[in-house]
Parts: sequence; structure tokens; C-alpha cells
Amino acid sequence: MSAHAEALSATELVRQSIEGRRLSPVDTLVAFTLLFTLLSSVVILITLLADTIAAAMPVFQSRGLSFVTDSLSPSAEEAGIWQGIMGSLALIGFVIVVAFPLGVAAAVYLEEYASDNRVTRFIGANIRNLAGVPSIVYGILGLFLFVEIFMGGVFGAEGGIGGRNVIAGGLTLAVLVLPIMIITTAEALRAVPRGLRDASLAVGATRWETIRHHILPVAFPAILTGSVLTIARAFGESAALLLAGAQLSLYFSVANDASFVDLVSNQPYTALPIIIYNFARQPQAGFVSLTAAAIVVLLVMLLTVNAAAVLARDRFERRYR
Amino acid sequence: MVIAKTPGGTIIDLSGDIRRRRRERLVKAVFFAAATFSILISLAIVLALVGKASSFVSSIELNQLWADGWFPRRGRFQLPALLVHSLIITGIAMLVAVPFGLGSAVYLSEYARSGVRRVLKPTLEILAGIPSVVLGFFALQFISPNIVRGLFPGAQSANLLSAGIAVGILTVPLVASVAEDAMRAVPLSLREASYGLGAKRWHTALRVVFPAAISGIIAAMILGISRAVGETMVVALAAGLNGILNLNPIEGGLTMTGAMANLAVGSDQVAGDVSAFQSLFFVGLVLFALTLGLNVMSERLVRRYRQRY
Repeated sequence: MSAHAEALSATELVRQSIEGRRLSPVDTLVAFTLLFTLLSSVVILITLLADTIAAAMPVFQSRGLSFVTDSLSPSAEEAGIWQGIMGSLALIGFVIVVAFPLGVAAAVYLEEYASDNRVTRFIGANIRNLAGVPSIVYGILGLFLFVEIFMGGVFGAEGGIGGRNVIAGGLTLAVLVLPIMIITTAEALRAVPRGLRDASLAVGATRWETIRHHILPVAFPAILTGSVLTIARAFGESAALLLAGAQLSLYFSVANDASFVDLVSNQPYTALPIIIYNFARQPQAGFVSLTAAAIVVLLVMLLTVNAAAVLARDRFERRYR
Repeated sequence: MVIAKTPGGTIIDLSGDIRRRRRERLVKAVFFAAATFSILISLAIVLALVGKASSFVSSIELNQLWADGWFPRRGRFQLPALLVHSLIITGIAMLVAVPFGLGSAVYLSEYARSGVRRVLKPTLEILAGIPSVVLGFFALQFISPNIVRGLFPGAQSANLLSAGIAVGILTVPLVASVAEDAMRAVPLSLREASYGLGAKRWHTALRVVFPAAISGIIAAMILGISRAVGETMVVALAAGLNGILNLNPIEGGLTMTGAMANLAVGSDQVAGDVSAFQSLFFVGLVLFALTLGLNVMSERLVRRYRQRY
């Protein structure tokens, strides 16, 4: 129980001894109204899930799970989401490689090294503002910066896809989640008790040794969970990718014999949320249930990852505390 | 460790050996570079937006911004129409997010026992984690036919009202969590004093704690507005493609983000028409300036309650 809840229940005891155990009618009405507002979110969430699953049933019944491994197609009966899943996983790979180390390093600097001066405050305010920038604006950055870079033929990429490769998309998403990554990691570091730092520094460890051997191991579960939740956000992100070059067509092909370098730098890609957006725009009736089925796959993947993160945190916490 | 002989005797140099110190400086420099990287990102965003938007503005006649409707391929860039549609969506979203978000915040902070909280708070977090494209589909396939067209049979299938409701649903968790933080930051002594004077529970929650947390609560609403203005996928799917100024919420209308998504989707076809495609950056700059202003405002308010308590 948090300290706030504990103190609040003490206050509640005082209140009860002054007013008696029973709430007045007005009090009961207010309490129920407030609870109603909170429960509406639960109702909406359940409605959303139930409605989506119901809409997806025709696809599950007629095709089972084969649409997951089928490729894109202009025909709703044949179209699948495999390219989207592969594309999303590749994008997430870039996000992890770029945003995780950069985010943790920036948070460590801000929490462990930086003194409270104007430069630090400016960096902090800048990061909080970046976290509030709409994701489609990051798409503009991706289009202007990363797509432009790869259009120039960096790493052997050339004209074919005009720089709209999975690296450009991955970097765009990495930049998009970086501020959130920094903020959640900084919160995890702030939760490490002051005494741990003091004790380590007092026996002669340097700052980096203190961070490496004492602070990061203790903060690790919280950092991991925060990062996974942040990366899950990138997995569901679509607005930025619309601009940063994900393919928005019902059919595209990737060269069969493409090497890995060629695949990431020179071949078109798309992402699962982009496919969902594209399917949802199609006028043919068959695409409605296909969209719903793709959403079910996306939500299952997201919920699995999130649940895994929470379980991993519980496990690590037991080990370190 | 270095032991140095001085005229006075032997002292131990506590700063350690030179390699250790060098590594320490190097690590710090790397971390500092990572932290300043975020400033580079901001600069790149501003440069991209301002550079491209200014070349858009210089390539068109300014009265094209007040032309009839937003039709980039026909050289009509009526920005006010997009702004009005965005405002309508944001207004509807706030009608949903403010009562439900603040109600949830008051309940979680002042009423919920820790067991209830442990169940309901994660539900809000799951709702916050639903991708916006999913909410867009929900708006188009459920809210619009079942709720909006149930109430207003004449409504178009893509309309501002259902998009606004869905954006509101997306914003509820954000408003709730920021407002709850603000209310939990109110010292317990205020609640104790209120009960001590014989106030009822609802009176304490709504007339003592709520006003005491008001700057944080306003900050939560401003953040919600900023989030709603910038929301893209819901409006791209559910708000319609109507570029003509429309004040009727049961009909469709193109918002700023919707217009940007459209330009992105059709970017291949318009690539030849330079000013049509560059209008994307212009709208992006307006959106960026608007959300940045709102975020800075809410940050100021949050700092105020942090200082007070």
C-alpha cells in the first residue's frame, strides 16, 4: 500500500469517528457518480474489445489464422498481414537499438550527473516538450531528415523506393519514443534510495562505478518495464509512419533474394498499424472484418508484451530487493 | 592508489589513478552527449518545419489561405476551415474527457480503497495503450453507426461528432492521470482540517482538495486539449474528407492532422505539384506551434503546484 493510501485511510478513520460510519445521501450519490465515470472507461474498453472480436469472427471462421501469414492483396478474401508483422518487428528492432541506450544514457546524465543549473533545466524542459509533440510532426521530421538522407544513396540505397526504407521508419519511431524513454527511465532512477549512492561514494567508488554496480541494477526492473511499455507504443504508432515512408498500398513485393542489407535499405516496407489504417479505408465490405481481425492480432501482441513486462518486473524485484 | 611523499610525511592521493579518472570523464561526456541529443531533435523539427513552411508561404498568394475550402491540388488552402474542424473535434473530445477524466481522478485519489485502485488504475493504463488507429476503426464501425446515427439518423457515416467522442476516449486516461497526480500532491493536513471542522466527505473532496489542486487540474485539461488537437489516426479515419468549412458536428470535416495524413497518403500523386505537398509542412508548423504553446502553459501550471506543496 502506498504511503498516500495509508495516510488517507488514517484520515478516513478520523472522519468516521467524527461523522459516524454511514455516509450521508449526498455523499453516497457523489461517490457513485464518481465511480460511474471511472467504470465507464472499463465499459468502453470491454465494448471495444467485444465489438472488434465480433467483427473479426467471419475471418477467423473462414480462414482461421492463415491471414496472419498471408501476404497483402487487393482482394479481401486473400489479403493477409504478414508483411506488416515483419515490418513492425524490424521497426521495433531499430527502436530498441537506438532509443533504449540513448534514452537510458540521457536519463542517467540528467539524474546522476547534472547539477541543477540553467542548461540542465533547459534540457529537461526540452525533453518534456518533445514528449508532447504530436506524432505526425515526428513524421515530418522523418520525411525531411531520414528519408532525405537515404534518398541520397547512403549505405547503397538508391532511387527505387526514394529513401523510404525501414531504417528511416525505425529511426523516426526511435526519435518519437526517445523523450518518453528518458522520462520513464529518469523516474526509475529517482526511485533509487539516496543512501545507496552515498554509501557507494563514501567507500571510494567513482560516480560511474556507483551507477554501474549499484544504481542501474536496482533500477533495472523499473527501467525495463518502462522501456517495454514505451516500445509497445512505437509498435502501435502509425501517424508518423504515414509520412516516414511505410507503404500504403494493398500490394507490394519485396525481392525474394534480397540480402539483409538490401532488405533494410532498399526494399519497401509497411507496418501492422499502417495495414490496419489502409484496410479500414477500403470501401469493400470484406475488409471490415479483415481490419477487425488485424486489430485483434495487434492487440494480442501488445497485451502479451505488456503483461510480460509486468511479470518480468515482479520477478526481478524479488531478486534485487 | 598513489602514495606520494611530501615534506610533511606521506599522504594518500584519494582521487585515484589517472586511468580511472580518465574513464570517469569519458563516461560523463558520453552521457552528456546523449542528453543534448534531444536538443538536436528539437532543432531539426523546427528547421524542417520553418524552412519548408516558409518556402510554401512564399510560393503561394496569401489570399489562397482564405480561399473557399482546403483543396491543395486545386491551389485552395483555406487554413481557417481546418482550424475550425480541429477546434470542433477538440471541443467534443473535451466534453467527454473532462467529466470522465476528472471524475476518475477524484475517485482514484479520494475515494478508492487500495484494492479497487489496483484493479481500476491498470484498466485506465490499458485504455491509454490502445493504438489510436484502433480507436479510429471503433469510431467508424461502432460509435458512428450505433451511437451517433442512432441519435441523429441524418448524420453522415464519417462525422465530426463520432471522431470527437473517440478522441475524447483516448484523452480520458491522460487527463485522469495528470489530475490524479495533482490531487495526491495536496497535503493530507488539508483533508484532516476539513474533517475536523465537520465537513462531509464529498465536501472535502470537491470543495477542499479539488480547488487546492486546481492548477494541476487545469494543466491536465490543457494537456488533454494538446493531445486532442494533435491526434491523427482517429480523425483520418472517422472525421471525413470534407475540405469545405462545416460547423455541423454530424457532418464530416477535414482537420489539420487529417489534412496532413491525406497529403501523406496521396503524396505520390501530388509530388509534381510542389506547393500542394509543401502545404503539409505549413499545416505541421501551425500544429506544432499550437501544441507547443499549450504544453508550455501546462508545464508552468504543474510547476506552480509542485512549488506550493
